[in-house]
Amino acid sequence: MNSTVIVFPGSNCDRDVATALTKLQFKNKMVWHKDNNLPKSDLIVIPGGFSYGDYLRSGAIAAKSNILKEVIRAANSGCLILGICNGFQILIETGLLQGALLRNRSLKFISKDVYLKVINNDNKFCKNYKKNNIINLNIAHNEGNYFTQKDHLKELEDNALIPFKYCDKEGSINDNNNPNGSINNIAGILNNKKNILGMMPHPERMIDSLISNTDGIGLFNSILN
Amino acid sequence: MKITKDIIESHGLKLDEYSKIKQLLDREPNYLELGIFSAMWNEHCSYKSSKVHLKKLPIKNKNVIQGPGENAGVIDIGDDDAIIFKIESHNHPSFIEPYQGAATGVGGILRDIFTMGARPIALLNSIHFGDPNNKKTKNLLNGVVSGIGGYGNCIGIPTVAGETKFHKTYNENILVNAMAVGLANKKKIFYSKAKGINKAVVYVGSKTGRDGIHGASMASAEFDENSEDKKPTVQVGDPFTEKLLMEACLELMKKESIISIQDMGAAGLTSSSVEMAHKGNLGIELNLDKIPCREENMSPYEMMLSESQERMLIILEDGKENEAREIFKKWDLDFVVIGKTTDTKNLSLKFQKKIVATIPIDALSSKAPLYDRKWSKKKLSKKKTNIKELKKIKFDEAFFKILSSPNHSNKKWVTEQYDQMVMGDTIERSGANAAVIKIHNKDKAIAVTVDSSANYCKSHPLSGGKQIVSESWRNLISVGAKPIAITNCLNFGNPENPEVMGEFAENILGVKEACEFLDYPVVSGNVSFYNGTNNNNIFPTPVIGGVGLIKNLKKIQNHRFKKIDSKILIIGKTFGHLDQSVLINEMYNVNDGIPPEVNLLNEKNNGEIVLKLINEGFVNSVHDISTGGIILALAEMSLSSQIGVKILKPKKLSNIFEYFFGEDQSRYVVEVDKNNYFKIEKLLKDNNIYFENIGVTQKDSFELDKDLKTSVKELYEINNKWYNNFNGLIS
Repeated sequence: MNSTVIVFPGSNCDRDVATALTKLQFKNKMVWHKDNNLPKSDLIVIPGGFSYGDYLRSGAIAAKSNILKEVIRAANSGCLILGICNGFQILIETGLLQGALLRNRSLKFISKDVYLKVINNDNKFCKNYKKNNIINLNIAHNEGNYFTQKDHLKELEDNALIPFKYCDKEGSINDNNNPNGSINNIAGILNNKKNILGMMPHPERMIDSLISNTDGIGLFNSILN
Repeated sequence: MKITKDIIESHGLKLDEYSKIKQLLDREPNYLELGIFSAMWNEHCSYKSSKVHLKKLPIKNKNVIQGPGENAGVIDIGDDDAIIFKIESHNHPSFIEPYQGAATGVGGILRDIFTMGARPIALLNSIHFGDPNNKKTKNLLNGVVSGIGGYGNCIGIPTVAGETKFHKTYNENILVNAMAVGLANKKKIFYSKAKGINKAVVYVGSKTGRDGIHGASMASAEFDENSEDKKPTVQVGDPFTEKLLMEACLELMKKESIISIQDMGAAGLTSSSVEMAHKGNLGIELNLDKIPCREENMSPYEMMLSESQERMLIILEDGKENEAREIFKKWDLDFVVIGKTTDTKNLSLKFQKKIVATIPIDALSSKAPLYDRKWSKKKLSKKKTNIKELKKIKFDEAFFKILSSPNHSNKKWVTEQYDQMVMGDTIERSGANAAVIKIHNKDKAIAVTVDSSANYCKSHPLSGGKQIVSESWRNLISVGAKPIAITNCLNFGNPENPEVMGEFAENILGVKEACEFLDYPVVSGNVSFYNGTNNNNIFPTPVIGGVGLIKNLKKIQNHRFKKIDSKILIIGKTFGHLDQSVLINEMYNVNDGIPPEVNLLNEKNNGEIVLKLINEGFVNSVHDISTGGIILALAEMSLSSQIGVKILKPKKLSNIFEYFFGEDQSRYVVEVDKNNYFKIEKLLKDNNIYFENIGVTQKDSFELDKDLKTSVKELYEINNKWYNNFNGLIS
């Protein structure tokens, strides 16, 4: 399976995602933000980082970059797109995903391991997880507080477009285990066609039990199969 | 402009130093030249008060590739891999403007690392604040922590370890020390020494602005009530540009085009150009009309003294300009040839077609003033604290109070603001004995740690010097690493005060003794004097950054209890030393006496045996014993694993406070399987290692003798409540 990782000058999880993809047998290519062409890909990953410094709203400038025009074109023709952390912020800014990522409720950067419940696995990113699986991934962000309007929230809930929600070790979902204030504890969302996933947690950081755990592998393996 | 006494003093120069300048130049300097001298001759850049003492430190062992004197130290970790690391202070700027001061401290130390060809792989820090009740503390704490995080998180280097401490001695002068560790190919290490004449001198990175002018001079004086006015001397950081600069430099370093490279740190363009010329025994000529400026009408004085961040100076091989320019263009950075190397041995500056300064390089470097300042030996306190004479406090009350105190409460409110996992190789994060970072795509790892013990160093500078090196060594041993070398950041008061200079001199001797005995040399470092306000000097606070190697990833150890019903051993002898301990200092507010003695022979023997136990696979977990004694070590092991303990105090020490809170050195707690116990006992006895078998791990309950019984869950709550109350957070 061919994957492509988009590299902005301020991306800093590009190598980590590439390491994960290669380890899991994707044929991966890195594409520089100034390029105008995307190689033929089954999966495009927009990695975490600070795209162009993000001194303006996170992802706002990246959303207007040349390469994103190509990503939008690929997305519209059905290619799988995965935006992690800053990648999620960029997908929101392009309008490929709806809603907004506000500053964390604590107004502080948060980096820690969090529990997530797999709410919906009926999509190409999560099918290797079982529904209601509890997985442990790392988050590291300043603006991960997901917000959206009532109608869209209902659409997300009703149409199985929320793959992950923050929860506790036992799987209960409430405000005490919501790290950043996201509405309904949402950690990631899909578009209507379910070919675009944006998520704040970093699956690429959880692929090796020596370093952390292997809970992120399920996501990459779902895409492979 | 006529140089007056006021102008000289406002440049932080003494009148006799000014006479020396005139003598070296054989004339009066002009205003620009005076500024350049002040930038190079201040304490921060010249090490004029510390050099005579620093020379005593051991700087070599079989792993050392480069010791002090370059941007950072370099050690060999096998297979062509080298680790490059250094620690540096940013105390003064951080007190004036905590966010930017701390952020640019991180930025500066990162540049020192990648200038030499290393990709940074870890950041650490040691931060000291005043009393939490001091009205400035909260703002400084929050600003510094978010500044450190803001820079490291953005550039994408994990912040993996550190220490956050509070003491009233830092009320008016906080400490912010940042350490960076990088990985390089040992055949591709870059130095600052210029070679050859008529070589292009290239300016790359950010544009020069008016920020940070006289930053290094500001950091070479005490504070007073007008310190707030110094805000314009603080630099402003831009981690995104640093990321671009780092990637561009590392990309250029893959080619064969760099002769030498130096970052513009303290004293900016001045120190970087002088440093390169001095090392190469050459001259350097700069055309200041070419300097990329951020603001209009900048004068040569401002350009030469600006400490704008994220800039580098490179000397290129002939004919490599275009190749190099293309790389910096790719990263959208300035790339301008601003001058050349010469054989004049002068720093020569041109501006608007005129020569505006000519100074012999050696006048700025090797002929800079050197002082062997007066120092007095520390008068040691002869008092001894007798615990029985102090007011009675209940054992459990004392323990809970310490566990919930600012210095010993859980620090995740700090570490959770740092991305610890980016780069994907962090095996042990903050809170461990030492952080452990895997070498990318290799089967080995390094361990890194920072340590300080200001109380010990204040009451006994010599012994304190030995202790901090030993504690650093012990931390690395506890994760299964072989300690290799250290970097040190020496934070002291005013060196013109003989007592402060005495603390410095004796402390260096202590550090030296331990480094020599443990074969743990100093390969880089930084001295920060003038930490104090209005003649109040801070406690001497040397900070040690240690690096060790783990050759086999399967042999990494940590301090989390693994099983219920394991045996718990204490390696090393407990005498019950309480003077200068957390218990006596913090609970009773008594500061008499001297800290525990460090027996380096025991330190070495005990450490080596623990490393052997780890490598034989005999231990389930290990924790070194430091401040707070056995009880705090056990609590940390329980808190991190949610496994309890049942401990029986050995009979020989009658007092439970002395046994559990004593801070005797060279000790470790190890958890071992019952099945292995006899093998371990034999190994320890055969090697004449003193140890005690003090109890077992158990489910949930934390029990010490008859004197304490509580649950791990309760300990967790006690350990976590301080910061939320302090900062008024709900969650």
